[in-house]
Parts: sequence; structure tokens; C-alpha cells
Amino acid sequence: MMATAIRNSASRGTMMSRQISGLRSMSSWWKNVEPAPKDPILGVTEAFLADPSPDKVNVGVGAYRDDNGKPVVLECVREAERRIAGTSFMEYLPMGGSVKMVDETLKLAYRDNSEFIKDKRIAAVQSLSGTGACRLFADFQKRFRPDSQIYIPVPTWSNHHNIWRDAQVTQKTYHYYHPETKGLDFSGLMDDVKNAPEGSFFLLHACAHNPTGVDPTEEQWREISQLFKAKNHFAFFDMAYQGFASGDPARDAKSIRIFLEDGHHIGISQSYAKNMGLYGQRVGCLSVLCEDEKQAVTVKSQLQQLARPMYSNPPLHGAQIVSTILGDPALKGLWLKEVKVMADRIIGMRTALRESLEKLGSPLSWEHVTKQIGMFCYSGMTPEQVDRLTSEYHIYMTRNGRISMAGVTTGNVGYLANAIHEVTKSS
Amino acid sequence: MKTNDFSSSSSPSDRRIGALLRHLTAGTDADRVSSVFASPTSGVAGGSVFAHLVQAPEDAILGVTIAYNKDPSPIKLNLGVGAYRTEEGKPLVLNVVRKAEQQLINDRFISLSLWVEFWSRIKEYLPIVGLVEFNKLSAKLILGADSPAIRENRVTTVECLSGTGSLRVGGEFLARHYHQKTIYIPQPTWGNHPKIFTLAGLSVKTYRYYDPSTRGLNFQGLLEDLGAAPQGSIVLLHACAHNPTGVDPTLEQWEQIRKLMRSKGLMPFFDSAYQGFASGSLDTDAKPIRMFVADGGELLVAQSYAKNMGLYGERVGALSIVCKAADVAGRVESQLKLVIRPMYSNPPIHGASIVAVILRDRNLFNEWTLELKAMADRIISMRKQLFEALRARGTPGDWTHIIKQIGMFTFTGLNPTQVSYMTKEYHIYMTSDGRISMAGLSSKTVPHLADAIHAVVTKAL
Repeated sequence: MMATAIRNSASRGTMMSRQISGLRSMSSWWKNVEPAPKDPILGVTEAFLADPSPDKVNVGVGAYRDDNGKPVVLECVREAERRIAGTSFMEYLPMGGSVKMVDETLKLAYRDNSEFIKDKRIAAVQSLSGTGACRLFADFQKRFRPDSQIYIPVPTWSNHHNIWRDAQVTQKTYHYYHPETKGLDFSGLMDDVKNAPEGSFFLLHACAHNPTGVDPTEEQWREISQLFKAKNHFAFFDMAYQGFASGDPARDAKSIRIFLEDGHHIGISQSYAKNMGLYGQRVGCLSVLCEDEKQAVTVKSQLQQLARPMYSNPPLHGAQIVSTILGDPALKGLWLKEVKVMADRIIGMRTALRESLEKLGSPLSWEHVTKQIGMFCYSGMTPEQVDRLTSEYHIYMTRNGRISMAGVTTGNVGYLANAIHEVTKSS
Repeated sequence: MKTNDFSSSSSPSDRRIGALLRHLTAGTDADRVSSVFASPTSGVAGGSVFAHLVQAPEDAILGVTIAYNKDPSPIKLNLGVGAYRTEEGKPLVLNVVRKAEQQLINDRFISLSLWVEFWSRIKEYLPIVGLVEFNKLSAKLILGADSPAIRENRVTTVECLSGTGSLRVGGEFLARHYHQKTIYIPQPTWGNHPKIFTLAGLSVKTYRYYDPSTRGLNFQGLLEDLGAAPQGSIVLLHACAHNPTGVDPTLEQWEQIRKLMRSKGLMPFFDSAYQGFASGSLDTDAKPIRMFVADGGELLVAQSYAKNMGLYGERVGALSIVCKAADVAGRVESQLKLVIRPMYSNPPIHGASIVAVILRDRNLFNEWTLELKAMADRIISMRKQLFEALRARGTPGDWTHIIKQIGMFTFTGLNPTQVSYMTKEYHIYMTSDGRISMAGLSSKTVPHLADAIHAVVTKAL
């Protein structure tokens, strides 16, 4: 019998030649596979972790750190975990995810007593954090508006390009960041919106633009919304930092509220990765505002059709944490406090970094450090300067000069300012 | 559900939308099922850009539970989705899972690896490939701790979202990097398989598998169809406990399949959703995969912990690609990351952390094997009880397939009409292909099911 033959084989080579009749060439099917380039963002943390220097600073990936440079599990999350532990429910969620979690999440984006929620006009599904929500929407856009394209701001989170590319949706870009002012290129943006064909799809960062930290003002958002109306454009908001920008979730959702008031039927990607510190749980929500309840049911059913062959149904644990927190007024209140603490610390570090650079006598203006909003600061440094920061000072960031302010602490802000001053003082 | 077809609206554009909606939703359910890709109209001013959508049909399998939940009858039986139930009809969270969760909550230092401790205590992002320790342990679990492929670093493993996610990531990888873009799936197979691979970018064909006349394997048909497949084609294989039929090849048949596939350079893609559940032994259920690895060839395997660890909703799984050489495995991993990053960036941490705690701890691992065997044994016992109950009633027909088939499901051989009757008259819910989940049965409910089967078989339907 076969099993005996294998056991009795004198050598593996003999066994192979006896067992494998006609096994073709010994070379791999994959020898033509090229090594893929490292992800520009996540690769930074890998490099940081490999660095043995005691002075090293990680201002790369956008994950929050406290003033000791330690990752944080929010107290409201710990409490939620305690309550969830010992649950007897580990079954599949529906394809659209946890209804309770989605309902609470929509309140954050659309407002607690939103008429759209009351009228059940929002098609919404739990998603794999912000990435999953964007990808689901991109796939949905491809399937039902195959001739459409997506306008993406320059610059943007690099993974946005990957997402719409893999969904096979044609990409275009629109002006956003103004290098000279290190602020918003508002006229460039409006020109691009005006010149785009009627009914184009636009990706907008709701607040705390990643990577620049540059947000339109409220007045600017209103003008953008009006122009969108005139051009019949579709607005898709990526909101990954609600609560993190100003410390006030309602204020951070202002851009969305403006578009809703103006009658747009928008789409929104929401993530709990940063504002609840649930990074690795992959919890988020994709919503699409529809004309009426019937259409919302229809759209949701189609979103589920896209989720089923990707992962069947979304993960349970993170959704349970979110539901537990947002469904309990006391825990929700605690969460809002903790989000404000995180946002305030970052705002404090912006001030500290700018002041340190100015004290060092930097010839450059660092006004943008405190004007920009959210987790990231677009420093304006060149890739070469960033490389020097890494090789000479063991400071890790993405080569576009983006500093994750969450990685700045009272302990390292002086070191960071000095290093930045050294590599930029002659520019 | 309130229906607004806009026909009484005062707005011309609303009435146009209404006409469009009525046009698109007209016709039979069959039409609606097939017409997913309605053609877009140019944007009606102020109207939704998605107004042309038709509602998608309910997922066939998950829809069964939805229908069951809606049924008000006090006596009803859910034999639809393959989720394990205890003798009391309750879902089961394994003891080892509870213990593992408790460890994670308590932030106890369980591992020597600082890396693992860091990732398991803090909820930060996992790497794109997932929890590294989980990946290593999963590969060992399916390929065997002494696997030459592992020893030689020829295996790439990435954490994915359960079996579905592993299959999808593997499929996308093949569509981009493999020279053959066709995958052969058995007839029948899990309903989600063709959708997964189609969306991954592969073209899907079938090979004969189930023989309705014997309710067993159509081995000749299988060999013929795989033999006729173009060189290098991808072949989906259920590692054990075939879903939905419960019909598995014998080891001798597996050996023949292996020989044939290797002679034609066919690429094996194993779906392993029931390791340990089929026979009660993890190693036994992994044998077919290990046979393929032993010949030194390449393969893909999608693992799921949904059933065998009861972690359904946490979406824990792994995709392993066994390569011929270590450097190849490294490059393959880098390309897998490019598939994953634009899909969901990195996988969820919770379920994988639980699995890692259990697999790395000898006591917990042993305890798990006992709980797993208990689940498998209860299902085997249900098979025996159902078979005996039908025999006792003198139900016409050969029902030995109930005890011959393996794993969570039994392909009863009942047709959609009979299934419908059983749902209506006996409030028994199953998929229309006659598949029943044995895990949903208990000693108390077996008689009810036997009565129902007896009724439909003896009736002239």
C-alpha cells in the first residue's frame, strides 16, 4: 500500500522518483514573480523596529502614541472588552455586519437625529475599517457606474490609488496641496472641479487631510459644495479622523453636514482605527445616501453582494466594542473625553514643535505646523532631507516629509526639532 | 417594506425615475436574479447616480437562517448554515477559546516573543501579512510540524479573513501571477466558490464530483474531467468533509488524483474549512494536503478556523502557498501584500490572537483536540441516529449515505420540491439542494426530521 511504500523508501529521492510519475520540471511556477516594492507607509515602521539605536523616533505610520511614546488602549475600550468577554456569541454577523454598530456609526456622521436616518435613506454596511469601506465603494462604483472615474486629491493617502486601481476604476487627480504656501490650492481645486465632466466622482477627505493636514475652511467647503451641485458631481468622503482633528466629532463632520444640507447624495467611509484606537480590529462603515428607503435597501443588497465573495461577513469583535461603547451613554461620554485628550495632545505637540524650531533660529517658516490639522504635518522637507533624518538621526517618517504628530512627545520634540533644523537650515 | 414607485410624484424627474425603476424591476424573480448589472443611465439632474440598481437576491445559504428566524412556529429546525450547535441546540464557544480570550484580556505575558506580546496586548495594526506567530502555527497545523516544506522555508502564509478571504486573496494572486487563468471547481461546491474566483479575476469551470445515483463520488468523471483540463489549470479541492455533499475521496483515490494532477501540472488549491471536524483527528483530515506536499510540488491551501475553533464571526483564516524554493516564497509573500493592502490593509487581530494562544500552548492545544473530537463525535452520532430513525420507520430508499458522508453536511438527495414541502409543513429549514447541517440536529429533534423525510419520500410530490 502507498503508506507502507513511503515509510519503506530508502531515501526521499527514491520515494520522489517512484511516486511522481511525470512530475514536470523542478522549477517553480512562481520564478517569474518579481519582488514587490515595500509599502511606503507600513515599510517605515518595519525599518524603525529593526533599528537598534536608543534615540530612534517613529513619526511614520499614523497610529496614536501617548506622551511616553506608548500605544494607547482607551479606557472605554478596555471597559467594553471586559463586558464583552465571556460572550456566548461568536457566530457569523450578517453580510452587512452589526446593525447596532452601523446605526450608531451613522449617527456620528449624519447627526443623531438626522432625517436621513429616520427616513431610512442610508444604505450602510460594516466594513473592514476605512480601507475596506473605500474598496467596497470602489468595487460598487465599478460595477454600477463602469464608465465613471474617480478624482483623487494630490497628494493623498497612497493606498487610495491602490484601492481604486485594484477596483479597476479610472483615476484622475485634482489640485489640492499648495507647496508654496503649504496650504490649500483652493483655486486649483475649484478649477479642476469645474473642468471635470458633469457627474464625476470625487474623493474628499472630510477632515484632517492625510498626508498634508490641510483642510478647506467652512466657507471654502460651502463653495465646493455649490460647485459640486452645479456640476452634478458625486462626493465620496473618506472620514478616518472624526474627533481627532478638532477634538469635537460634530465639528469634524462639518464638511459632510454642509454637503447634506445642500442636498447631495453622498457616500462616506468611516473608520474607528484612530479615534477609538481600534486599529487592528478593522472596524469601519461604508454608507451611501439614497433617494428613498427602497433604494437604500437595494443599494445595501448590492454592497453585500460585493462583500460576500471578499470575506463573507465582517469581523465581530471590533463591532462589539464599538456597539458597547456608543450604546452606553456613560461609555460614550468617556470616549468623547478620551478622543479630546488625544486631539489636544497632538495640538499641543504642534505648538511645541513649531516653537522649538523657531527658538533654534530656523530661517524657514514653520507656521504650517500649527495651521495644519489632525495627525499629520506636511513638513515640506524633501526626500533627501528625510533620508538624512533617518540615516543620521534615526528618525523615521515617510519620504514625502509627512510627520505623524502622534509620534511626537515632550520627550522627543526637542531632538526632533534639532534634527529637522540641522537638515533644513541650509535650504 | 414601503414601496414608492414615484408614479404619483409631481416631479417629472421623479416620475422618470419611477418608470425606470419599474422597468428594471419588472419580470420574474429569475430575471431579477440574473440581472445584476443593469446598464446605467446618464445622471438625472438631482437624482441618484445609483437609481438604476435592482435589488440583489438574498444569499441562498444565509437566506435560510433569515427565513428560519422569521418563522413563528414553536417547533422549527434550522439545518441551513454550517454552524455547530450543541445537543441543546445552542451555539458553542469552546472552553479553550474562553481561556485564550481571558489571557488576552488580562494582558498576561504568555509568550517569549516580544513581538507577539506587543501585537497581542495592544490593538494596533497587524502587519499586512497578519499575526506572524499565527501564520507559522497555522502552517504547522495544516502541513504538519515536521513538514519538509516548512523546514526548508518554502511556505508563505498570510492571515486572511477566514476561508472566504483566503480563497479570494489566493485567487487574486493567481489571476495576476499564474500563467493559467482558469480554475476548476467540483460539481457541486459551496455556493460562494464561483463568485469568489470570478471576482478574483479567474474564469471558472467545473469538474464532475458528486454522483446522485450512488450519492457518492463520481471518481471516473472526476479523473476524466481533470485529465481533459488544459496543462497547468488550477483545481479547487476540498481537503476533507466536502461541502455540500460530505463525499470525500479515499486515500487511494487521493493518490490517483495527485498523480494525475502532477502529470498535467495542474495547480492544487485546497479549501480546508473542516480540519479536525471530519474524522475528529487534525492529522487525518490534513492527509490529502500533506500527500501533495510530500511529492515536493507546489500548492495553495486556504484554512478556516470558523468551525473547528468555533470562531465564525471573528473571521480567522490563513492562506499558505507552498513553493519550490525559499527565495520564491519570499517574493510570493511580497506580492500577496500588494493584493491585501488595497482590500483591507491588514487583517483583524482578535481571532488570530486567540488561535495563536491556543496553538502555542501544549495544554490548550490538547484541550482543543478533545473539544474538537467531541464536536465531531456528536455529529457522527447524529448521523447514526438519523439513519436508525429512518430505518425504524421503514422509509423507502437507501439511506446509508447519511452515515457514509463525512463532516458537517449530509446531501440528503431530496429535491427542491421536497425541501419546500418540509419547510412548509414541518418548519425544517435547509438549502434547496437538499443539504442539511448535521450540526443543527439533536437527539430530541432527530425524530421530527425523520418524520419529515419519511413524509416527503412516501408522498407523491
